[in-house]
Amino acid sequence: MASPTTPKRNVIPRPHLSLVAALILAFVFSSLSGTIDPYFLDVLTSAGIAVILAISLNLVMGFAGQFSLGHAGFMSVGAYLSAGISIYLGPHILASGSSAFVQGAFFFGALVLGGLAAAFAGLLVGVPSLRLKGDYLALVTLGFGEIIRVIFQNLEPLGGALGLNGIPPYTTIFWVIAWAAITIFVIHCLIHSTYGRGFLATHDDEIAAEAIGLNTTRYKITAFVIGAFFAGIAGGLYGHFKLTIMPTGFDFTKSIEIVVMVILGGMGNTVGVILAAILLTILPEVLRPIAEYRMVIYSFLLIVLMISRPQGLFNFSFSRLLKPRRSQN
Amino acid sequence: MNEFLQQLLNGLSLGAIYALIALGYTMVYGVLRFINFAHADVFMVGSFIGYYAGRLVPEGTLWGGLAVLCIAMIGCALLGMLIERLAYRPLRNAPTLNVLITAIGVSLLLEYTGQVFFGAAPRTFPAIFPMQTFTVGGLILSTNQIFVIVVSALLVVALQFIVHRTKIGTAMRAVSLNPKAAALMGVNNNVVISFTFGLGSALAGAGGILYALNYPSIDPLMGVMPGLKAFTAAILGGIGNIPGAALGGLLLGTVETFVAGSEWSTYKDAIAFTILIIILLFRPAGLLGRLTTEKV
Amino acid sequence: MIAILGLAACSKPQAEGIQIGEIASLTGKEAAFGQASHKGTLLAIEELNAAGGVLGQQLYLTTEDNQSKAGESATAARKLISRTKVVALLGEVASSRSLEMAPVAQAAKIPMISPSSTNPSVTETGDYIFRVCFIDPFQGTVMAKFAKDTLKAKKVAVLSSVSSAYSVGLAKYFKETYLADGGVIPVEQKYAEGDKDFKAQLTAIKAANVDAIFVPGYYTEAALICKQARELGITVPLLGGDGWEAPQLIEIGGTAVEGSFYSTHYSPENKTPAVEEFVKKFQARWDGQIPDAMAALGYDSALVLADAIKRAGSTEGSKIRDALAATDAFVGVTGRTQIDAGRNAAKSAVIITVENGQFKFVGEVSP
Repeated sequence: MASPTTPKRNVIPRPHLSLVAALILAFVFSSLSGTIDPYFLDVLTSAGIAVILAISLNLVMGFAGQFSLGHAGFMSVGAYLSAGISIYLGPHILASGSSAFVQGAFFFGALVLGGLAAAFAGLLVGVPSLRLKGDYLALVTLGFGEIIRVIFQNLEPLGGALGLNGIPPYTTIFWVIAWAAITIFVIHCLIHSTYGRGFLATHDDEIAAEAIGLNTTRYKITAFVIGAFFAGIAGGLYGHFKLTIMPTGFDFTKSIEIVVMVILGGMGNTVGVILAAILLTILPEVLRPIAEYRMVIYSFLLIVLMISRPQGLFNFSFSRLLKPRRSQN
Repeated sequence: MNEFLQQLLNGLSLGAIYALIALGYTMVYGVLRFINFAHADVFMVGSFIGYYAGRLVPEGTLWGGLAVLCIAMIGCALLGMLIERLAYRPLRNAPTLNVLITAIGVSLLLEYTGQVFFGAAPRTFPAIFPMQTFTVGGLILSTNQIFVIVVSALLVVALQFIVHRTKIGTAMRAVSLNPKAAALMGVNNNVVISFTFGLGSALAGAGGILYALNYPSIDPLMGVMPGLKAFTAAILGGIGNIPGAALGGLLLGTVETFVAGSEWSTYKDAIAFTILIIILLFRPAGLLGRLTTEKV
Repeated sequence: MIAILGLAACSKPQAEGIQIGEIASLTGKEAAFGQASHKGTLLAIEELNAAGGVLGQQLYLTTEDNQSKAGESATAARKLISRTKVVALLGEVASSRSLEMAPVAQAAKIPMISPSSTNPSVTETGDYIFRVCFIDPFQGTVMAKFAKDTLKAKKVAVLSSVSSAYSVGLAKYFKETYLADGGVIPVEQKYAEGDKDFKAQLTAIKAANVDAIFVPGYYTEAALICKQARELGITVPLLGGDGWEAPQLIEIGGTAVEGSFYSTHYSPENKTPAVEEFVKKFQARWDGQIPDAMAALGYDSALVLADAIKRAGSTEGSKIRDALAATDAFVGVTGRTQIDAGRNAAKSAVIITVENGQFKFVGEVSP
């Protein structure tokens, strides 16, 4: 019986074209943004950020099989660094009245730097976690996530426990959709490359993979680092969207929320994870009147799902929808 | 010197509570090889059972307090067995990851259902035992603190007795070594596992009451941090090892208290996690545990 | 897909009248504050409507609960502004949550009035953000002088929370004044919200032999701190700020809270006709509950807003803003509200103690 967590080899048709199409969509949305209801736009932006987070965690958990409960920690590193750059370096580099292009380039730079810092944090977490499996790995990643939170709580220049305020509102729907598309593209291509088969091998049976000469160590670290990079990007986008960030906003609960998205979508199932991320962003807003019961429903769903349908809600063969093909299992 | 001794006492009493919760983690891990994330929330339920039961008995009497303690322990034992039966048993043969996620789900379910029913605002736990403070030398001792340490010690001794001297205890140890062989020997795995959960949860319930005695503000999310720290304590002592869990709890509680009393107090939460990571990196078997090799 | 459509279709029909938004912590750790503030605000709105409304229109109050959690207030504010189309926002009680929603209100040019956030940076966010209470530099001074002059405390320890803007700010201002007055602070300890065990910090404080301990935190932790302090044999008084003001302080703290003091915005025992009338109306509306400072400030914040709308003669954001900034002679239950250039109100503080299980008025301090 196949393990319920075997990733389905969902292939997004013609990834390069999809990327271009997504970027065009981003432009379209941003030009229409004046006419769309701002609240709706807000929810869409949140959904986009959630997609980036979920896809990045999907790489770590779904494809490389590393159970990570500290992903929000990487997000916070990206958020704080990019926000810090915007607040402290922004006024020096951007003269007042810079063109939109310069501002955009600056924001891009800040985001990437945030992502790189998060990637470095991913390296620091990934290296020790090599020897650990399953539960222990989960605990260590959780521990790292909490340590990162405590560090930020004590860093006065970045606001400390009170949080960092006054972040300039650079995030627009364009950036979010564009980065979501880039994230999906990069990770998708990575997995479906020859190099990427190594991830799946590591996941399926680590000892066997080692035995045939794959450097599972390197794959695991790579997964952490790339996953952390994109989580950092998402964090930067988040910071410049909410305009205030606090260490407590990136705690264990936030990590769990991202984990639920990946589980719900089916670990390793790119399309499923995207859908789950969008659903789980919209659902709290729709359920706002019964917000109290939201988490009760989530957790109940999690249990039921694990018992009855551990491959996730959205795990269907995408390619099957397009043309008849024998599904690989 | 006085301050040092006082902090030591504070640390031991905090550590005793961590030890009680850690025992539950370590027993379940020993038998089933997975971390029961929901354990910390059983601890929370214990406190709430005590809150409601405490209204039924007169305040500040010894027998009243003991009655509440027993009610909470029994209530939690039943809850633990129920969770095992409904959420974990169907996944007995599933990959560990799935069970882990289910455990997280149960934990969240307990926390947020608790918030719906009890409200998220903290409640005051009644003073169910007669409370007095007295001075010895320069040290201030409160009967609650002493009570915590004494009860924890008694429970650990009782647990050791059960595990090493009774039939069911032997069965528990057999299942933890090799479930299939134990079944072949006539052990009913299901019964043993239920019993283990019940026992561990009863200890968590006791921990909940003792914790609420000393820190009388209870709320549905109160179990999260103590749970994580108790789990660290269990790993510190060697997961699956009962005296190890007790030792780990005491050590962690003491270290944390000293850090909290120093100028680095805001880092005290990180201490538990740092210890966890260091132990897992350099001595994953913990202080008293044995390393098992993974067979292919 | 259905969810997205549902969301898009979910726009409320435009009700007649003036829409006012309120964001409060109705549930969660600081539910006591949010509930009290909400009751006061609602009472004021109902009174105004009964008297004919404002500018001939009825007022509609939409309240969003942020569950005392970080990160929710901004989203709630955005929702109220763009969906419910409120003309002004009332909230929040806690400084950290006010700081979250202020940038949203400022960017949307919707006036925001915080009933009781005392950290100075709240109104520094922008010119659309106001408050109807005093700020922490004043409150810290009040308690520092009380400690030094009234209690004659030469040495004071400070035990503050690192995770709330309120606590950090208040501790800072207390220290400034107290040290400037010649007091000595031999030890400072910190804790985080949600902590239950303070014995370690208190043991360190006890060893320093101070005359009083200043605990500028919220009531949930303050009550436990008082209790544990007494258990450790600390007999000196504990001092606090308006974050202590809640019935749960006595509920959780019990006899340990007796003999401690804190500063707040108003006392129900104040013998002015405005206060007595307010207490009567509040008790009639809310089952005999006695209104505390948060309720009184919630009440006043709504009345100040209504007054500004009346003077502005319109519900346009910028006009309300100007009218608010010009508020000069408004007299409410928390005293005369005069909005200064920093968009703060210069109000007096009262000092409360606990005696025999009841809150008791000790004295008033004017700015």
